[in-house]
Order: sequence, then structure tokens, then C-alpha cells
Amino acid sequence: MNQYEVTFIVDPVLSGDEIKSTAQTYVDLISKEGTIVHTDEMGLRQLAYPIRKRTTGVYYCIEFQVPNGEMISKMELAFRRDERIMRFLTVRLDKFGIKFNDDRRNGLIGKKKSDKKEKDAPKETAKKAAPAKKAAHKPLPKSAPKAVQEVAAAAVSAAPVVPVTASKSEEE
Amino acid sequence: MASRDDIKFLSNPNIGSLRKKYCRFRKYGIRHVDYKDPDFLLQFINEQGKVLPRRITGNSLKYQRKVATAVKRARHLAILPYVADLLK
Repeated sequence: MNQYEVTFIVDPVLSGDEIKSTAQTYVDLISKEGTIVHTDEMGLRQLAYPIRKRTTGVYYCIEFQVPNGEMISKMELAFRRDERIMRFLTVRLDKFGIKFNDDRRNGLIGKKKSDKKEKDAPKETAKKAAPAKKAAHKPLPKSAPKAVQEVAAAAVSAAPVVPVTASKSEEE
Repeated sequence: MASRDDIKFLSNPNIGSLRKKYCRFRKYGIRHVDYKDPDFLLQFINEQGKVLPRRITGNSLKYQRKVATAVKRARHLAILPYVADLLK
């Protein structure tokens, strides 16, 4: 059973019901063949560049498991045929991706507050994510690696790495 | 010729080498780069939207490649732009 993730963008000019029903058809299509782990409605977002003259889109992300990979191409064919879908991307998740998604759903990824998260999983995939709007029903428990990473990120981006000749460090 | 003891510098000649570079993924145990997360990926692209080279970000090769594919996927999904200016 391989775990996959498909993210697609629905045309925003449709009515809200049409958008939901479009997404629902694909949810049903997938759940017929395999099991759905999670659906994420990322909602209306600004696109980084216009697609088909539209500047916003409704993003959906479906994570699912199928025993057989053949339905992926059928699903993608359906995406291509559907005019209401602007873009899609299917990704197969490796074990780290699966763990990352699980952790993010459980709120383990986010800003750090308490130190106890540090002991929990030294290998935990901590990331500076912005899932606040989507995920947390509860306030995000902070994980230590994340904040350290933030500090490191600030440090690294503020003072970019320059090998050896240090007297002139390029400001980024 | 002045011996080495006589040479005095106004500032410590070792001053610039203190910053150790490291791969932040290795150091913090991050194994997966999410393409859906533009705020995280912004660290690895410059103001024009181009992926920053490894010698600037300090990433190891394995994670630099993951970051690059994540950025490219994000560009495909219009989460990040292909071409931009004043992105940050």
C-alpha cells in the first residue's frame, strides 16, 4: 500500500456548491479504489502567477492509500479532462513524508513553547510550517527543534555562509 | 625582516572564521521538505524567486536537492512564482 498525495486547484469562479461537488467527485473516486487518509481544504488562495487568467484558486489536498497504482493514471486523466481543475500534482509519499504529515496533523510541527517536545523525538520532523489556519483545534504545542531551527534560520539567512575569506562577508 | 612576534594587527586575523556552516536539516533532524509550505521555502529562494545555491544556504547535497524539487513543485502549483521581484 503506497501512500500518495494529490493537490489540485479548482477554478474559483464557480459557485461554492460547484467547487465542493467537484472536489467531492474526486474524493469519491479515490475512496472507491483505496482509503483516504486525510483531505485538506486549503481554501481560496492567491496564485503566485495567473493561470488561465485567474489570480486565485481553491486548493484541495487529498492524502490517500491505494494497493494498486493503476488508478493514479485514471485519476489524473479525470483531472485533465475536467475543465474546472486548473492544476494538479500527484506525489508519492515516502516514510518521512508520511511521518511529517502525521506530525503536522497532530500539531507537533509549529512554533516551540515547551521543552518537553525536545525529548520526545530527536528525529521528529519539525518544520516552520504555517498550518495555524488549517490544523490546530488546540493551540499548537511547540516543538523545540523548530524554534532552534528558527533561530538558526535567522542566523543563517542574516549572515550567509561564506567559506574561508571572511573579511568581506556579502550581505544578503 | 620582522619576526612573526613583531607583526601586530589592528583586528584579530581569525575574526571571520568563527561562523561554522551546517546543514539545518541534518542538524535539526528534519527529514522531509513540504512543497505546500511557502513560508519555509522562502528561506531558500532569493528575491527573484530563484533557488539559492548550496554554498549560501549551507545545505547538504541531499537536502538541497529535496529543497529544489519542493520549490519546483510549489512553482507548478502556483504557491511560489517562477519569476518575481521584491519577493521578500
